[in-house]
Amino acid sequence: MSSAESRNATGTGSRRSYIGWLMGLCAAGVSAVLFVPLVRYSIYPLRTKTTGVKWADAGAVSDFASMTGPVQRSITVEQVDGWRKTISEKVVYVTKTAAGQLQVLSAVCPHLGCSVPWSAAKEKFVCPCHAAVFDANGARLSGPAPRSMDSLESQVENGHLMVRYQYFRQLVPTKEVIG
Amino acid sequence: MSELSNQNQPGPAKSRRRLFRWLDQRTGLDGVLRESLDEPIPGGARFAYVFGSALLFIFISQVITGVFLALYYVPSADHAHTTVAYITKAVTAGSFLRSIHAYGSSAMVILLLLHVTQTFLYGSYKGRRELLWLSGCVLFAFVLCMAFTGYLLPWDQKAYFASAVGTNIAGEVPFIGAWLKEFMRGGADMGTLTLSRFFVAHVLGVPAAIFAFIALHVYLFRKTGAAGPISENPVSPQLPAEPFYPRQVVVDAVFALSIIVVLALIAHFEPFDLGPSANPADTHYLPRPEWYYIPIFQWLKYWPGSLSFLGVVAIPSIIAFFFASLPFLDRRMERRPWKRPVAVGTYTFIFLALFGLGFLSYHSDHSDPGYAAQLITQQKDTEDFMRKPFEPEVAQSLSSGLAAIPADPLIAKGGQIYQVQSCNACHGDGGVGTAAAPKLTGIGDRMSAAQLTALLKAPTPKMIAGGMSPTDLPGEQMNALVSYLEALK
Repeated sequence: MSSAESRNATGTGSRRSYIGWLMGLCAAGVSAVLFVPLVRYSIYPLRTKTTGVKWADAGAVSDFASMTGPVQRSITVEQVDGWRKTISEKVVYVTKTAAGQLQVLSAVCPHLGCSVPWSAAKEKFVCPCHAAVFDANGARLSGPAPRSMDSLESQVENGHLMVRYQYFRQLVPTKEVIG
Repeated sequence: MSELSNQNQPGPAKSRRRLFRWLDQRTGLDGVLRESLDEPIPGGARFAYVFGSALLFIFISQVITGVFLALYYVPSADHAHTTVAYITKAVTAGSFLRSIHAYGSSAMVILLLLHVTQTFLYGSYKGRRELLWLSGCVLFAFVLCMAFTGYLLPWDQKAYFASAVGTNIAGEVPFIGAWLKEFMRGGADMGTLTLSRFFVAHVLGVPAAIFAFIALHVYLFRKTGAAGPISENPVSPQLPAEPFYPRQVVVDAVFALSIIVVLALIAHFEPFDLGPSANPADTHYLPRPEWYYIPIFQWLKYWPGSLSFLGVVAIPSIIAFFFASLPFLDRRMERRPWKRPVAVGTYTFIFLALFGLGFLSYHSDHSDPGYAAQLITQQKDTEDFMRKPFEPEVAQSLSSGLAAIPADPLIAKGGQIYQVQSCNACHGDGGVGTAAAPKLTGIGDRMSAAQLTALLKAPTPKMIAGGMSPTDLPGEQMNALVSYLEALK
């Protein structure tokens, strides 16, 4: 614009450049005002968690007060993905540690992923697929499992035992989250 | 800047000029700017000429807001409504941007009417501007197409039924009507294919065509030159010309700025509604198109049955034909409206008729108690939906082995035991069988519950060799598992 003004002998040079500058400023102002909502709109998923698994309710803490062994619970796991969510039922076991703390175990065998049932008769977890054996707190006793049964993050909220369901890698000796 | 003012501030002005010259030598920018900004306007800058550039400005605003909406929108029948609800209720500034886009479409139509009326009254189609006028008519049609296709995309009740009516009207066209309707719908009925087609038209096809025709329209406009005021000769301008920059640019910019401010204020204080999700089975729903289609909607009521061809196709086509061929029919150089009674009179009559039809439609809706009540119900449903927080769509879970939960709680419990005991690992989900173990479906026909229970407690040597271990469960659990197995089909 400035060169056009300088070469146009008929225009009042400084007034044109002033108007040009003023319009540039207005354009910048308008852009800034409209730009802000556009930017915030597009970075929304960076600032809010739009994916992830919600904490599931395993039941009232009072339900587990008088348990004699691991209690099987079916929790509803909600996986949120943007504008949709998947709801699935997962089996977990609620156990009590020696110190009396509530602990939640994933029923997924760390060997090859079969569902591990609790045998009340044997007082052990015995995986029916390849006979991996775990004690009442999920600790590995014998069999092909590379590690103990995976414990899930849990916390007590408003008298309810909340569980954070996660998936762990099979066949490795360390507990690795994969989803 | 002129040479005079440069002397006062040599430093920054000089480096600006050097930068500009560097760019110009590589791009020819100076020539482009001079060509576009020094456009001569005979008779000088006027407010009356703002509407064309305002249309361009709002169109660009629509493109930008449209692109951002597409970050979250999904054009399929099962997700469209959810994603628009997500934008409106969850995403930061989503409601604001969507409202700018939706109200912007109304702004486009209003500006279109203003631009057409101004150029018509000024006789700016005269003097070798036939192609300019025709390209403008094409753009007019495209803008109406954008409004029509965009309207369906939220897939709420209003969108669905209004588009059903619109495509039905397309079916009235002679000879090709039925085919045209199916082509637009992607089949006999409104469905997800309709949405895909309308989305492609709205986002890819028509905008590309609009850009092309805008380029043509602006080129033709500059080729013949601005027509100027009504006193100006349409072929060879006599009045002293003023360059486009700075005064017309400023007037255009101020007007465009005020439009965007008004749009932003309306979008902020009266966000655009989203109604409840489309329900094709709803026989009570009264579809109403957006305000700019209401006059045509009312007009159609007067042409039932066999007359519909006349009213729906013939008369509008004749009007459109005369409108488009105006520069060919009106060859006089006369531009003053009061000296063009036929043209201006016809235009005024049609304009007032459309306005009158709109008023009649409003009146008939509100004087019929049944209609009025239904419309109020529909409005209330929309408000109720808008008040609710965002509800994520529940997707099909892939990891639950039970596709359907059986009604009998014992069998349901048995199914759960089947999974917890990892029976599904070898015998498959629902007992369909895998390479590791045979299928269990139909086992209820071969064995009784008692036989099955015994077998589970003491498997055959063949089963044990295959990896099956004895299933030792307390009484009711065994009962449940066997009930489940017996029910497998």
